[in-house]
Amino acid sequence: MFGKLNWESIPYHEPIIMSVVAVMAVIIAGLVGWITYSKSWGYLWKEWITSVDHKKLGIMYFLVALVMLIRGFADAIMMRSQQAIAVGGAEGYLPPEHYDQIFTAHGVIMIFFVAMPMVIGLMNLVVPLQIGARDVAYPFLNNLSFWLFAAGVILVNVSLFVGEFAKTGWLAYAPLSGIDYSPGVGVDYWIWALQISGIGTTLTGINFFVTILKMRTKGMTLFRMPIFTWTSFCANILIIASFPILTATIAMLTLDRYLGMNFFTNDLGGNQMMYVNLIWAWGHPEVYILILPAFGVFSEVISTFSKKRLFGYHTMVWATMAISFLAFVVWLHHFFTMGAGANVNAFFGIMTMIIAIPTGVKIFNWLFTMYRGRLEFTSPVLWTLGFIITFTLGGMTGVMLAVPAANFVLHNSLFVIAHFHNVIIGGVVFGMLAGLTFWFPKAFGFKLDETWGKRSFWCWIIGFFVTFTPLYILSFYGAVRRMQSYANPEWQPLMIVSLIGALIILMGIACTVIQFVVSYRNREQLRDVTGDPWDGRTLEWSTSSPAPFYNFAHLPNVKAIDAFWEMKQAGEFETSRPPYQDIHMPKNTAAGPIISLFATILGFALVWHIWWLAIVSALGVFVSFLARIFNDDVDYYVPAAEVELIERAHHERLAEASKHDAHGNGRIGTMGGQS
Amino acid sequence: MATDTLGNQIVQPSEHGHDQGHDVQAHQHDHHDAGGMKVFGFWVYLMSDLIIFGTLFATYAVLIKGTAGGPTPSEIFNLPFILVGTMLLLFSSFTYGMAVLAMNDNRLGQLKAWLWVTFVLGAGFVGMEVYEFRELIHEGFGPERSGFLSAFFTLVGTHGLHVTFGLIWMLVMLVQLQTKGLNAITRPRIMCLSLFWHFLDIVWICVFTFVYLMGAMA
Amino acid sequence: MATSMPERSRRMRIKNLIFFKTLPLLILPLLLSGCSMALMDPKGEVGSEIKSLIITAFWLMMIVVVPVIVMTFLFAWRYRNTNYKAKYTPNWAHSNVIESIVWFIPLVIIAFLAVITWQTSHSLSPSKPIETEEGVETVEIDVVALDWKWLFIYPDLGIASVNEVAFPVDTPVHFNITSGTVMNSFMIPRLGSQLYAMAGMDNDLNLIAEEEGVYPGRSTNYSGAGFSEMLFEAQVTSPEEFEAWVEKVRQAPESLSFEQGYEELAAPTIGHPVEYYSNVSPELYENIVQSFKSGKVIQPGQNDRNGEEHAAAEAPPAEGQAKPTNAAVAE
Repeated sequence: MFGKLNWESIPYHEPIIMSVVAVMAVIIAGLVGWITYSKSWGYLWKEWITSVDHKKLGIMYFLVALVMLIRGFADAIMMRSQQAIAVGGAEGYLPPEHYDQIFTAHGVIMIFFVAMPMVIGLMNLVVPLQIGARDVAYPFLNNLSFWLFAAGVILVNVSLFVGEFAKTGWLAYAPLSGIDYSPGVGVDYWIWALQISGIGTTLTGINFFVTILKMRTKGMTLFRMPIFTWTSFCANILIIASFPILTATIAMLTLDRYLGMNFFTNDLGGNQMMYVNLIWAWGHPEVYILILPAFGVFSEVISTFSKKRLFGYHTMVWATMAISFLAFVVWLHHFFTMGAGANVNAFFGIMTMIIAIPTGVKIFNWLFTMYRGRLEFTSPVLWTLGFIITFTLGGMTGVMLAVPAANFVLHNSLFVIAHFHNVIIGGVVFGMLAGLTFWFPKAFGFKLDETWGKRSFWCWIIGFFVTFTPLYILSFYGAVRRMQSYANPEWQPLMIVSLIGALIILMGIACTVIQFVVSYRNREQLRDVTGDPWDGRTLEWSTSSPAPFYNFAHLPNVKAIDAFWEMKQAGEFETSRPPYQDIHMPKNTAAGPIISLFATILGFALVWHIWWLAIVSALGVFVSFLARIFNDDVDYYVPAAEVELIERAHHERLAEASKHDAHGNGRIGTMGGQS
Repeated sequence: MATDTLGNQIVQPSEHGHDQGHDVQAHQHDHHDAGGMKVFGFWVYLMSDLIIFGTLFATYAVLIKGTAGGPTPSEIFNLPFILVGTMLLLFSSFTYGMAVLAMNDNRLGQLKAWLWVTFVLGAGFVGMEVYEFRELIHEGFGPERSGFLSAFFTLVGTHGLHVTFGLIWMLVMLVQLQTKGLNAITRPRIMCLSLFWHFLDIVWICVFTFVYLMGAMA
Repeated sequence: MATSMPERSRRMRIKNLIFFKTLPLLILPLLLSGCSMALMDPKGEVGSEIKSLIITAFWLMMIVVVPVIVMTFLFAWRYRNTNYKAKYTPNWAHSNVIESIVWFIPLVIIAFLAVITWQTSHSLSPSKPIETEEGVETVEIDVVALDWKWLFIYPDLGIASVNEVAFPVDTPVHFNITSGTVMNSFMIPRLGSQLYAMAGMDNDLNLIAEEEGVYPGRSTNYSGAGFSEMLFEAQVTSPEEFEAWVEKVRQAPESLSFEQGYEELAAPTIGHPVEYYSNVSPELYENIVQSFKSGKVIQPGQNDRNGEEHAAAEAPPAEGQAKPTNAAVAE
């Protein structure tokens, strides 16, 4: 009846897990109670859960990512504290069976459920606004993508208290992840969480690819697109080209586990090396899916706050394309030690190093954007400067790892751990936090508190170096990754330093949380009335903050790179001016959340081999999808009168602001005069 | 499949004095263009699907030697039988082409008739594939027997699963043509299904060549 | 330094608080002590060459890294928005000279590194035999990764050991590496390169030690619950001491062949003690490799690998049966 599921599946004898579950239960109960008390269910359902508005979906992606960041970071603290004490025969407080789940969950959560949704969330929030579109190409699919991603998040979290998570490392190398060596449900949770959310990611990739190609406003040629849109475009191409490989690879692992096939088994003709090849054929592009949009954020930030055009725009674009292409021809550098021939290793090593060239060019371009600018030290700029330094060091260690012979001793060591945290924290996390601060006013209508933002930055960057410098050093002592304990007491002091660093990063996360609270309390003082708080350069700043749900009353006409900056120079702002027309918009839909709910149940049923439930929920997915297909009532027209009301209110706020704000730029004057 | 924001739908008279070159007519789009975007997006999806098939082909190429004492390709393929199935699928592509021609001429009845013909041919193909699989499993050559057989069943089976989804989709379209007729929503769907169906045909030609023909000759 | 070690570790275990206060004093000697840094104090030719390769790559990269960091601070400070003395060119966004330089310099460095990469990928290829003076014969050692221990077979001597390997100094060693279980990676950090151990495959690794000593070795590739304790000792000795070690192993009562003893040995254990086998069948290594290719596999103890909870609950598959069937897996 319930497959492998029974009462023994719940780890109630594990005090750590049960206390986490208790805390989560209290928080969820509190949230549900509060929503019920404030009668907000209807509002949530109508305005958020069923919303197809790309800005709201972007916000929801980011919200989930921040929650999962806390979960993933709890794993990190547990790992660092375990390694700080488990020395010379001491077992620490986490037995291997628990520790192995934690480092697996940490990797999976941080990549798939923190970094990816942050990147995708930011793309959602910004890209349509930057290209002068009213929404993405397929708004329903966009909503569905989010909820499929949410399904993956739910499955990973359910694994915490029903059953177990994978004990295989985040990429679940076969044959360790095969049924012979991992008979539990952990790998199955891994499989279905990634498979379901991966479908969502592929749909997002297609959606944004088409959006950017087909939905650009008039005059927005490809080489006038803001650089964040460009990097997102390349990231989406990488998604379209690489996620199917992940889907197929996980599907084959699933067939091995569920139907006894022999793709990656030790015996019966299976080939484990193929798994490693396939998973990295996806895995390496994945790294660039994360980092490219972050590069885009830094480009926008550095040029906006230097009050200067981005240096070498075309070079940036070509460098991004070069990196995207090279991303597919370097995967073997993740396993030089597999025993491939010298020629093969040398080829992949050299291809990897070549990536350093366009990346290095990008870094110089950011530097020369600052050169002869007027750099304002806001927190997004601090994140960017921190990124340039941290990422350069990470790039250096990356090139060292790319030399096959050097890799023979550095592979699998803490050097690798330090290296990729160096580029992922220094690149992706810093980039996403910079982007969060930069575009927060566009999403919510008020700026984030700068003091706490800067405190967060200093904690993060100091914490990063305190955590990972010891790991670099330890790798030279022969310390490897994924150790639950180690014999050599010489390593312990550095492990403790590393733990202290993680605690400093924790303070950085706390600062961000405080930053939200403080900013919300002071939202009136931090209010962004003009919609253009940073004297921005690209189209998203031409709308009010938060942007109206239809984005632009009139679609802008773009004549140059930095379209909005040029408009301000010329004193032209036609995007908000009367007269207004009806605007065609998509309707919200419940199909996405309902399909994903069934998908979540389907995943759970498959994990536990509850076949009847799997069939029922699969039918649920199919029928709710059919219901969507047969519903033609999917769009409507926003009446011109409603547009006028919204735009007029914006103009009135602008006029009010220009009275108070003596140095209001030309735009405020123009707009005020219009209304 | 999806709805589209007709984002660029503005009818704005060019009446602002300084509004140089703001040619609103140029970026006016209508339902027809939205359908075009749908077909384009579907085409992009097919490219990602192609990568799944590419991955499975590569896997098959790697595992073809992994017979683990089980049968080799030439021992299990019945070429004449496969050739009949192949012909069914190829011919169904032709009949789908006829369906699209009928749609372009707004002949709803013909369109439905050709879709039914295509459906029957496709169902025949799937039926033959199921029969082939059943025979193999019956002989003890199921997908769990060896790496080669796992790769074979998965590659061919994935294609078969796609064809099956195409058949379901075809039924859905027949119902929609009955209830909705030909309109701005059903037309692009017929076109997407057309792309899908021809795409599966091309994939099958690769399967037939690389798996069956080369396997039987080796 | 060595003398202060036991005292320090004892103190740390007792009270971390004391440790925190004296932290800086404790880290400093560690940072400076090259002697305990395995990769920076290699004991063999391969390791030495890799060490100098790492250092070369590091300094080459510094040619770019240092200017970037300096420029970051310099530009950010010089062009801060409160510094009105600095030049401000808001529309300047292109310069052929600068663009050429920023492409050219990384290009040259990477070209240089690429040449080094090509050469070292070949010269340090793990499968390349190490050349020494004539008359010195390469020692052949077969390595099998098991759950979670290392089996070392000396095919020429007909002996084997677990979690301890010995070979004479200044003598090339040729390791044949395979796995009787999941993927592992065989590494002796002091001697250089590591290589994956994979079931059904036979990987070649050539190493040499130039100094006597006992060097820790381990699996570096995570392989399950006992991974952290999948350690062994590599004893590099004089030729005479090696003879003595071989004699010692030959005195052991146990013998080992694929049919007898291997299955028990391969069953999962954590922190397995050192063991010696005086009599080993010459086909053992080949048997283990081939066992994954026959289509019929003996995977000893595969199901109790994940600890007690599965050992009792699930019956191990009958010997000779390939693997659990669908039905068994499904239920």
